[in-house]
Amino acid sequence: MNLAFIIDALVTVVGVTTPILLAATGELIVEKSGVINLGVEGMMLIGAVTGFAVAFNYGDSLGDWAPWVGVIAAGLAAAASSMLFAALVLTLGSNQVATGLALAIFGIGLSSLIGTGYVGMIIQPFNQVFPDSLAGDPFWRVLFAYSPLVYFALIMVFVVGWFLNRTRAGLVLRAVGENDISAHSIGYPVLAIRYAAIAFGGALAGIGGSYFSMVMTPMWAQQMTAGRGWIALALVVFSGWRAGRLLVGAYFFGILMTLELYAKASGFSFVPSQFWAAMPYIMAVAVLAVISARGVVGSEAPACLGRPFMPSS
Amino acid sequence: MSLVTRRSFMKTATAGLALPALGRGAFAAEPLKMGFVYPGPVGDFGWSWAHNKGRLAMLEALKGQVVADYVENVKEDASAIPIIKDLAQQGNKLIFTASFGYMDQTIEAAKQLPDIKFEHCAGYKHADNVGVYNSRFYQGRSVVGTIAGMMSKTGTIGYLGSFKIPEVVMGVNSFTLSAQAVNPKITTKLVMIDSWFDPAKEAAAAETLANLGCDVITTHTDSPAALQVCEKRKIYGFGQGANMSKFAPHAHLTAIEDIWGPYYISRAKAMLDGTWKPDDVWMGFKEGTVVMSPYNPAMPDNVKAAADKIIAGWKDGSYDVFAGPIADQSGKERVPKGERMQDKDIAVMDWYVQGVQS
Repeated sequence: MNLAFIIDALVTVVGVTTPILLAATGELIVEKSGVINLGVEGMMLIGAVTGFAVAFNYGDSLGDWAPWVGVIAAGLAAAASSMLFAALVLTLGSNQVATGLALAIFGIGLSSLIGTGYVGMIIQPFNQVFPDSLAGDPFWRVLFAYSPLVYFALIMVFVVGWFLNRTRAGLVLRAVGENDISAHSIGYPVLAIRYAAIAFGGALAGIGGSYFSMVMTPMWAQQMTAGRGWIALALVVFSGWRAGRLLVGAYFFGILMTLELYAKASGFSFVPSQFWAAMPYIMAVAVLAVISARGVVGSEAPACLGRPFMPSS
Repeated sequence: MSLVTRRSFMKTATAGLALPALGRGAFAAEPLKMGFVYPGPVGDFGWSWAHNKGRLAMLEALKGQVVADYVENVKEDASAIPIIKDLAQQGNKLIFTASFGYMDQTIEAAKQLPDIKFEHCAGYKHADNVGVYNSRFYQGRSVVGTIAGMMSKTGTIGYLGSFKIPEVVMGVNSFTLSAQAVNPKITTKLVMIDSWFDPAKEAAAAETLANLGCDVITTHTDSPAALQVCEKRKIYGFGQGANMSKFAPHAHLTAIEDIWGPYYISRAKAMLDGTWKPDDVWMGFKEGTVVMSPYNPAMPDNVKAAADKIIAGWKDGSYDVFAGPIADQSGKERVPKGERMQDKDIAVMDWYVQGVQS
């Protein structure tokens, strides 16, 4: 096992982790505001198909800018779909779990419908921002060989962590999630803040989705996210609603998923392959058990998570 | 507030339901209704896509005489049974369940619905109203294996699989044996991703195989994701289910195409003239259900010729990849010299040949 081998493996880990990390970071903000949006999978797919469609249709006219515009469009489209969810759960006070599941199913269906004409089409992958001298370097490629979305995902985790813990706006967002009635009574616009949080979560889920159709495998295939949205949701719980742990957790999941592939290809057949596939989930259950055994210590679950807020006035 | 009361809604709904029934009664002969169950989305550009293409070819060939609906993304677990039964309730007389994983579910549904005919793809369990059909994709994999064995410089080739089921195991063995026939030092690294369709995992697995030294990778999953990785890594790969050359113009050497149309047409015709009987067919190059895509022009002529020779051998019966001697991973002889494996043994194959690393 040499250095090049480890670097190759790390590059795979980063690729596996990034979309999940993006979606989970968005969902963290949503849940911190006291709303649980289970529609991540649907929003990711809407983002994936939108990003692909824009890059495909405007690839010639936009040139080098096409993937950037595609990613922004992916974020906007997914945010727009999340506004449907927001209107239902915030303004109409519908059940968040049921509405979120509906959004997931809606997104799967809508993306398949939009994507019908794009099956079997290809676009230029949205790879590598750094020049070849860095991205192609046998060692430094471990830092520089990635799509801009990889760096964006890392930056967003830090921005979100800083926002939640170090800014006044973040404090207000957390207050809304902890006790919506108190926040309302001292004059904070609870619903407006939650709308904004849901839109942000939608945008990041959409950008995470576009990573599949524009970076990892530059093509459109129905349901190409194959359940990553649900892993992102699990990751938020796994992280105890903390940005730092979210980053560690996402890479932990990514490493486990990659290890599974290496173990199989290297012939470690003394462990059944199904056990490897189940590892991330076994770990999630183990961590959840530890968190609950320690009570609320370590977990920062918002107190109002999933509760509708209907001000009487 | 609303003018639609429950009663008036029910009236409209009933009227709406009655309409298509009336319309259908107007025809003299009702078209034969058929249902298809697919494991993946029809847009996967692989397995389900190919079956759907077969369905469309049948609809085109028997226009007016048949109608055929499909259900996509049906899980290969107990939840398939209500879906199959639902198709029967909608009036479908012949139901195709197009994946190995529907075997027990198809048999179960067939037991409960003796008047409905079923066709199960790639299985080995039979019943009076269940026919079994399959394609010898392993024949295609021996062509792919021959090419891989000749094109590989490292002597390590990769196989990206889905599940350890006979269909995949025979593919792995055919690929490895045919590659070893042209280069005895070949080893095959095998990764099963426990899914038929998961582009992200397929891509990660292909990257892993490339990182472990494989310079030719074949896929037994349903999307072109692995090919795109091959293209990026400047190694070779093969399409699965369809010609995928446009996803990887340099890496794509050829593809194993699934052609189901002629079979579906023949079965629909048998239903129409009342001669349908449960059959057990296993077709291949000879019958035209397995077809290789055009070779990549970059492939050397001697490789093309070797591949063509294998195809011709399958067609005239002079070639068989499962001809002995064949030893399994532990070195135990499974097929003695001078013998060929029987179909019944191939169909339940659950051991890997020597040279497979899994």
